[in-house]
Amino acid sequence: MIPLSFYLVVSTTMFVVGLIGVLVRRNFLIILYAIELMLNAANINLVAFSHYFQSTTGHVITLFIITIAAGEAAVGLAIIIVLFRKKATTNVDEINLLKW
Amino acid sequence: MVIFSSILTVGLRNPIYCTIALLSTFLHVAGLFILLHAEFIAAIQIIIYAGAVLVLYLFVLMLLNLKSNETFLQRQFWVSIFFGVVILAEILIALFKSPGMEKMETAGVFPAIGNTEAIGLSLFNEYLLPFEVVGIILLGGIIGAMVLAKQVPAR
Repeated sequence: MIPLSFYLVVSTTMFVVGLIGVLVRRNFLIILYAIELMLNAANINLVAFSHYFQSTTGHVITLFIITIAAGEAAVGLAIIIVLFRKKATTNVDEINLLKW
Repeated sequence: MVIFSSILTVGLRNPIYCTIALLSTFLHVAGLFILLHAEFIAAIQIIIYAGAVLVLYLFVLMLLNLKSNETFLQRQFWVSIFFGVVILAEILIALFKSPGMEKMETAGVFPAIGNTEAIGLSLFNEYLLPFEVVGIILLGGIIGAMVLAKQVPAR
């Protein structure tokens, strides 16, 4: 039986890696990947707790999170396509249209 | 392995390699779900993430035809690494200092819950309203993506 804390450590590390990825990378696409990593870390946490508390709540919320992640991916990719059409880059440093 | 491939996802230079590393991360997370007796979630993880979302990302990646640029990291590289490690240490300390961790370690196996039937019953009884809301969010996402990605006529 694997203790709960192992899952928590793995998901924490994965979350922090995703966080560093959002902060560090310049490519918009990779930033979206890092956001997916963070959502997955949250999923691991939810499923682990729902396993150890013996309830299905975590599973259901994990389903919702996966759905939201898919929607977020679709909208984010649409934004990337529009930006790429306008500026021919995915570098977040060069996207400063809203800057005043 | 999960942590290794997620670090690869963030750290690799070529976006296509990043995508493959992300796929590997998703498959490993699905393995973790199977270890936790959440077979339905594992199947959903593989089908939706590895099947649908990753293919969507790969399509856009191929469509954009990115060139791998030299300066792929932000200038504040070390600062963000430092703060990330600090946050990691804080969360881990809070985790292991928290009461009730020892009690949680010995929680037993549970056979019946975690299968598809229990999730379905819970989803359509307790969580019916969030389910509908998620449907509406998906619809809004679809419409938003289509409106955004539509070719605007040149003015």
